[in-house]
Amino acid sequence: MSSTVAATATQTPPVAVTEPMANRVKKRLTSRTASIISLLIAVIWTIPTFGLLLSSFRPEREIKTTGWWTAFTNPSFTLENYETVLFGTSSTQLASYFINSIVIAVPATIFTLTLAAMAAYALAWIDFKGRSWVFIGIFALQIVPLQMALIPLLQLFSNGAHIGSITIVPDFNLTGTFVTVWIAHAAFGLPLGTFLLHNFISEIPREMVEAARVDGAGHGAIFRKLMLPLITPALASFGIFEFLWVWNDLLVALTFTGGTKDVAPLTVRLAEMAGSRGDRWERLTAGAFVSLIVPLIVFLSLQKYFVRGLLAGGLKG
Amino acid sequence: MDFVDWGPKLFNALLAVAVFGAVVGLLLLVVDRAPKRGHDRYQLAVFLLPAVVLLAVGLLIPAIRTTILSFTNAAGDFVGLDNYKWLFTEDEALITIRNTIIWTVLTPILATGIGLIYAIVIDKARTEAISKTLVFMPMAISFVGAGIIWKFMYAYRGGGNEQIGLINQFIVWFGGEPKQLLLDPPLNTFLLLIVMVWIQAGFAMVVLSAAIKGIPADIVEAARIDGVNPWSMFWQVTLPSIRGAVIVVLSTITIAVLKVFDIVRTMTGGNFDTSVIANEMYTQAFRFREPGRGAALALLLFVLVIPLVLYQIRVLRQREETR
Repeated sequence: MSSTVAATATQTPPVAVTEPMANRVKKRLTSRTASIISLLIAVIWTIPTFGLLLSSFRPEREIKTTGWWTAFTNPSFTLENYETVLFGTSSTQLASYFINSIVIAVPATIFTLTLAAMAAYALAWIDFKGRSWVFIGIFALQIVPLQMALIPLLQLFSNGAHIGSITIVPDFNLTGTFVTVWIAHAAFGLPLGTFLLHNFISEIPREMVEAARVDGAGHGAIFRKLMLPLITPALASFGIFEFLWVWNDLLVALTFTGGTKDVAPLTVRLAEMAGSRGDRWERLTAGAFVSLIVPLIVFLSLQKYFVRGLLAGGLKG
Repeated sequence: MDFVDWGPKLFNALLAVAVFGAVVGLLLLVVDRAPKRGHDRYQLAVFLLPAVVLLAVGLLIPAIRTTILSFTNAAGDFVGLDNYKWLFTEDEALITIRNTIIWTVLTPILATGIGLIYAIVIDKARTEAISKTLVFMPMAISFVGAGIIWKFMYAYRGGGNEQIGLINQFIVWFGGEPKQLLLDPPLNTFLLLIVMVWIQAGFAMVVLSAAIKGIPADIVEAARIDGVNPWSMFWQVTLPSIRGAVIVVLSTITIAVLKVFDIVRTMTGGNFDTSVIANEMYTQAFRFREPGRGAALALLLFVLVIPLVLYQIRVLRQREETR
């Protein structure tokens, strides 16, 4: 499109020479203003992260006494902060929190994705009474902020459920285990996931599904052999979304893990460090980057899917 | 590095996924061999029941219980509207509501405005892809990470020492007096919401950039041939054409802002008059052991979010109809 614009601009016959000249000057000025504005915003948006990244490689004493911008005139770098954070003594290291983040995020994403895909398939291709009502119900649950569920859900996990003296759900002693975090994330991720995947699954041509049915395939076989390969791009989009959401989450993790080293993810630990050891910048800077590296890799390598997920209507929270 | 406690954890997670996968896979195999009578019902149960049960137990029933909880006190006795009276009369709660209003008014406008300007100035530039990635990157990182990044920007050192935070250094360079920026209300609330603007501008930029590229080329061409200057081009062509997208972005960011928790929690913990509804909800329910007040705050959040989501659904549906 830009080439056609340029072509028409150059092909304009020079009828009044002064007019296009003025236009051209103006155009160059606007494009220069545009460049300056875009550069300014890009720099302002990048500097905070850059400053933290640079600082994470500076010696502790220097981080605490001089600004990171002085490292350009007086360079002095070290990997010590990362050593402390990754391999240090048990009170400083973040390795086990990093593992916890993985142990929380990967299964939570897989569970949510599987259940959402199956529910979306049922809502799109299995006929039953009240189907549209179930769909509207799941859709409507997107409105409910997860804050609405936190208190009773924590009570359920720690006490079980009772009506009077009758126990409906016994106390499984799940408090402070990964299971609670997985269940909570799966429940909170399902409405959006089902909705997005349903949009995709319901657009598969009816003839394809019908042909498979005529061949005698049941829903189980159709889902496995026909649907899954077809909806892989949609699964990737929502999967990345859900993974980043769970990896970056603080509220759910803080509520259900109780912040112990056994189950708490990186975000919980970092938020705690920022609060209680707000001046230990040598650990905070390196620690923050250890936690940022996974989402950044996922994001940079799969940006296309991530953007597609965003444009499809997903901004969960 | 103690591998001792990593191994079992990773193994358990792997086991959980494997068992889950095996159960689902087996069900999908078995369901096609279900007895002919009630065949459909078995299939429906396998596909839909897990999600429905999980949603009921994890979201629907808790939400109803939270509503009931908001009318009880810490001991669990029914207290009528006491929690709501607290919410709308006590100073601490009123500051929370005031801050939430400041956040929801300023953040969406600033983020959308900056995102829109950026989307326009980089449109069709040679460096468009990399420019987008730079501004979009904050979207990928956690609010906690963003909080730490900006806490470092706002860092302060007293006693005439050299500054380590860039903002205070700028204040010094311009001849000002450095200060504890985050301890200073009401300035600190604005400094916190800048972090959210920093994160959400990338989202606004990506969505609006896609909308700008969707404007029919002939409209832009016609305006250009008419000699419309960039300023009126923006107001008369670009903005009217992407009006729908702008509204969706504004309302989406507003919903995200209403629920903002991590930034406040990481940077000030809600102290120094910076609390917002979502943060106060957590603090009341889980720190101060006042689940009734926490529930009332959650309900307020819910009520504030409803009209925005309904509006979005309407816009989405209109868009679907015109497609």
